[in-house]
Amino acid sequence: MTEQRMERVSDDVRLRVGTDVESIDEVAAAVRRFGDRYVSRVYTAHEVRCSGGTGAAAAPGLAARFAAKEATLKVLRPDGHRVPTWRSIEVLRHTDGWCEMRLTDEAAELARQAGLGELAVSLSHGAGVGMATVIGMCAAGGAGS
Amino acid sequence: MSTTEEGIRSVLAEHARLPVDVSTLGEEDDLYQAGMTSHASVNVMLALEDLFDIEFPDAKLRKKTFESIAAIQEVLDELGASAPVDR
Repeated sequence: MTEQRMERVSDDVRLRVGTDVESIDEVAAAVRRFGDRYVSRVYTAHEVRCSGGTGAAAAPGLAARFAAKEATLKVLRPDGHRVPTWRSIEVLRHTDGWCEMRLTDEAAELARQAGLGELAVSLSHGAGVGMATVIGMCAAGGAGS
Repeated sequence: MSTTEEGIRSVLAEHARLPVDVSTLGEEDDLYQAGMTSHASVNVMLALEDLFDIEFPDAKLRKKTFESIAAIQEVLDELGASAPVDR
């Protein structure tokens, strides 16, 4: 249930889109089984706070954020040898509610090499899944464009 | 088959949510292509930590670490995990 594509939006700029879904039940099961250890290894403290903590009620928000991390990987297109860690891809929620992706370490380096600027993200959850779509623009002719 | 590989296969059978029988997979087979989701790979990682009494360092918390039985075994070797721990 995933999709990824790239469109030419002008001669100079290309668009990358990644989207993904994650089962809320599977995230809730991981929270129950592994507790804080699961949460702290995958999500940043900011993501945990914005999702409502580490209890089962946080599962929808965490599922959407995991989907955002996967969607971002599809935009970054890492080769087999340089796959970013989960916490180097973060959903940053602003005080007025909108979100964007914040990258660090290898994720940031991959974005830089591809000429990707800001990564826009839209999150949602319902009907048993969390989902996210990430969009970035990069210069045509840049690495991996 | 080593006890390490047996342990890996038991964790995969319980946590990887694979649509195929784990015993049919070769050591080098790509687990993601076999149907393991990224989220399932996180469960696999945590279950391996429990079974082998280890902790994967942050640098290993990525999809590639868990892409095959051989890749997992290599990381476990690096971490000095040789056999499942009785609990």
